[in-house]
Amino acid sequence: MISRLLAFLGRHIDRHLLAAVGALLLVGLITLYSASGENVGRIGAQLANIVVALTVMWIAANIPPHYLQRLALPVYVVGLLLLIAVWRYGETVNGARRWLHIGVTRIQPSELMKVAVPLALAWYFDRYEAVLKLRDFAVAALMLLVPVVLVAKQPDLGTALIITAAGFYVIFLAGLSWKVLVGMTVTSAICVPFVVWPLLHDYQRQRIMTLLDPNQDPLGAGYHTIQATIALGSGGFFGKGWLNGTQAHLDFLPERSTDFIFAVFSEEFGLFGNLVLVTLFLFVIGRGLFITFNASTLFTRLLAGAITLTLFTYVFVNMGMVSGVLPVVGVPLPLISYGGTSLVSILFAMGILMSIHTHKRLVKS
Amino acid sequence: MLSRPRIFRRLAAREERAPIVLGGARRAELRDHQKELHGFQTRLVVCAGSVVAVFFLLLVRFFYLQVLQHEYYHTLAENNRITINPMIPNRGLMIDRNGAVIAHNYAAYTLEITPSKASDLEPLINELATVVEVAPKDRKRFRKLLEEGHDFASLPIRTRLNDVEVARFAVNKYRFPGVDIRARLFRHYPNGEVASHVLGYIGRRTQADDEKLEAEGMDANYKGTEFIGKVGLEGRYEANLHGTTGFEEVETDANGRAVRTLRSTLPVSGNNLLLSLDARLQEVAERVFGERRGALVAIEPATGGVLALVSKPGYDPNQFVDGIDPQSWDVLNTSPDHPLNNRALQGVYPPGSTFKPFMALAALELGKRNPHHAIYDPGYFFLSGGGGHRYRDWKTGGHGMVDMHRSIVISCDTYYYGVAQDLGIDSIHEFIGQFGFGKRSGIDIDGEAGGLLPSQEWKMRRFQQKWFMGDTISVGIGQGYNLATPVQLAQAVSILANNGAVFRPHLVRHIQDSQTGKLTSIEVEPVGTIHLRPENLRLVRDAMIDVTRPGGTAAAAGAGAPYHFAGKTGTAQVVAMKQNEKYDERRVQERHRDHALFIAYAPAEAPTIALAVLVENGGHGASAAAPVARAVLDFFLLGKEPPLKSKGAEDASEND
Repeated sequence: MISRLLAFLGRHIDRHLLAAVGALLLVGLITLYSASGENVGRIGAQLANIVVALTVMWIAANIPPHYLQRLALPVYVVGLLLLIAVWRYGETVNGARRWLHIGVTRIQPSELMKVAVPLALAWYFDRYEAVLKLRDFAVAALMLLVPVVLVAKQPDLGTALIITAAGFYVIFLAGLSWKVLVGMTVTSAICVPFVVWPLLHDYQRQRIMTLLDPNQDPLGAGYHTIQATIALGSGGFFGKGWLNGTQAHLDFLPERSTDFIFAVFSEEFGLFGNLVLVTLFLFVIGRGLFITFNASTLFTRLLAGAITLTLFTYVFVNMGMVSGVLPVVGVPLPLISYGGTSLVSILFAMGILMSIHTHKRLVKS
Repeated sequence: MLSRPRIFRRLAAREERAPIVLGGARRAELRDHQKELHGFQTRLVVCAGSVVAVFFLLLVRFFYLQVLQHEYYHTLAENNRITINPMIPNRGLMIDRNGAVIAHNYAAYTLEITPSKASDLEPLINELATVVEVAPKDRKRFRKLLEEGHDFASLPIRTRLNDVEVARFAVNKYRFPGVDIRARLFRHYPNGEVASHVLGYIGRRTQADDEKLEAEGMDANYKGTEFIGKVGLEGRYEANLHGTTGFEEVETDANGRAVRTLRSTLPVSGNNLLLSLDARLQEVAERVFGERRGALVAIEPATGGVLALVSKPGYDPNQFVDGIDPQSWDVLNTSPDHPLNNRALQGVYPPGSTFKPFMALAALELGKRNPHHAIYDPGYFFLSGGGGHRYRDWKTGGHGMVDMHRSIVISCDTYYYGVAQDLGIDSIHEFIGQFGFGKRSGIDIDGEAGGLLPSQEWKMRRFQQKWFMGDTISVGIGQGYNLATPVQLAQAVSILANNGAVFRPHLVRHIQDSQTGKLTSIEVEPVGTIHLRPENLRLVRDAMIDVTRPGGTAAAAGAGAPYHFAGKTGTAQVVAMKQNEKYDERRVQERHRDHALFIAYAPAEAPTIALAVLVENGGHGASAAAPVARAVLDFFLLGKEPPLKSKGAEDASEND
């Protein structure tokens, strides 16, 4: 009976992925306990988030990819409409207009677009059995840019960056010509100082300037970076030990349960802990790339690749930001940072990966 | 990298493929799935390689931070979290000989501004003034502290807040970033102006204080200490009074709030000073002085302990404690009465006739006078040779037949002109120098003047001039080059009362260890002895007793005393008189009037107190200074309180 239930539950679950994800979630809980100042309530809340997110993952894993393919365009359109609604009627919190009130709760449509954009792009490229032309890429680029601009205007640089990355991965994997890629790189290198820079908000410019020299503004924009690198550096090889991080416990680290939780982890577990954590993430990403490699259709290939590489982008941007090599953008560390929204969207993506991996024979037959 | 062969392949594939029609509307090339998959997989491999490379770079960064730079960041983290707070020791108390506390500390709330945390000071203070009272005096003091550039974290804008003010500020605190209430210990001198010149005062550390502390290697012990002893006992005994600063290593959070104490070394309170001073006697002496300027030093002959040390006018040392406001400082500093000068040890005055008992002893000890030998005083002394010069006696017409006893009792000048001539200046210098004239007494307050007991050598050194006999004649009656401080006079008469045993005058009898309560005594042994023949001493001391009895110059001051007391009046000229000019008190400007002097000890048989009184521009020693001494002796020996308001005491009878 129980084994039948387990078999049913585990039918579309990739055990390797689940094990690595589970390990990361555990690391997250352990770190959160320390980061929250041994707040059991916080752990409970995160556990509830995990339960919800795992359920979402299970559901996603049990949805065959071709359903997703069918849903792709409607989801994208709804997401886009919601973004426009935010732009027009959104609620402003801390100077950023990101939230939309719907009845009892409020939602953050930009979060949805992190999945909707790669989904829609993968659907677009897989639309018909024809060789992709430059025109197709141009359309795809437009599908990507519209939501990105809307999100960046909120302003939410971190999410815009993730959406851009996710969309770009789809386009790249779909076979955008190297020539165009090189051309775009060169163009953007020229454009950034003259076109993007003037469009940036002051605080965004400040963050970039601060990255170049955090000590320029040690109490303002540079504070996060300075305190985070102090946390990392003082951790040493083996760290200060669990619950012993002084930077974290004495409030020197800002946002230590969410975006900067890696600094807490790193201070308490040191370089050794970082190696373990990076290995776990590498395993998840490797597994994702493996699933991508073996995916049967262009849609699933593109989607799985984009999901995996987006996860990598999250990890890289977050760790880079905490260790002071990237500007401070609000990107959480997947599976580790506290917060339901990010957890649900990451595990939803993991579920898609599992679905792609476990449904391919069905699709083929 | 793969682009060239790939493009060729694609072009080749295109040629092989036949264009087909889809739905008759759109022409498109069909995909070559195998090729496409191959291209996809290539790109995926590129991505996987990039992932590994990026993670490797991140690990390199972690290695750099956590291994190579670990020491550096470790230090930063420690500095982040550990703050060392000095714990200021309680300053030692000062306790008089009867156990009365005359300098202590009390805790009070101050309102302090940290200029570095506050933005606009003027508007901030104006805003503060709506919550607690801020007087113009407070503003001035704050501005002065600010200008002085104290590197202390916070500067007081108001001191001694009452509970209501504390509560009112606490409610409004959110409006005033950088403004805090602090509990601090303040020095307080409960007797106010009384004994101000003995106690001195503490004040805020200045640059000069800091440099001195640094030179002494004491700066670490003064971390957090804002006040330091400036003058008086507070200044001299700073090292004993201050104590040892404690340290508290606290872990602080990012807001600077203390989370817990890691380690602490408690401060050690400063040691207490147990004084020989009698605060009540001091108060009485100051009361007797009233508004007059002058000084009084009373010494316990058997120990050298100072019982009272008055310098009038005084000041209230309490106003220095919070930092004196510029206005009050100007008043003190520019007053013609110089209230900040300690006349008892910095004021130098001709000793006048108070010098005579010592001249008499010198003449007896050096065999220049037979006690029974009498001279006839016609009212002047004629110095033969060099054209001749008359030295007047203070009494026109003279005293008639005068022997040594009488010369002291009636203070005959003519007698001592002759004694001086016979002794010669160098003998006078040598013998009387033993009583402490011309050199610092070594009292335990800084800034003492040395006075002057002239000699031939001194004059040559000072003026490059030969010594004339005429100079010696003036010295004989304590005039001329002679200068002494009230402390020196008190010291000299104390030695006389002591039969020649010399103690260094001192205000602090014991230093009490604040931890163990153990007393360290200061100078209980005499520092020297002057060998005097008893019969000579007796003669001088008997004569001094008669000074205060009917027929003596201080008979009025001595009238009705139930104890015997020995004294000697003196009058010191402020402005030199012409040869035949008569000094007329009424005609002379107040500040040019003579200084009145009196030295005394009592009870005459076994003295427990010896004192010197100086009343600036008081006129005559007998009329101005002796009654002061009498009132002090009456209180000391009989406990008799003088009237609360002292009158001018100008109604005394006999002249000097």
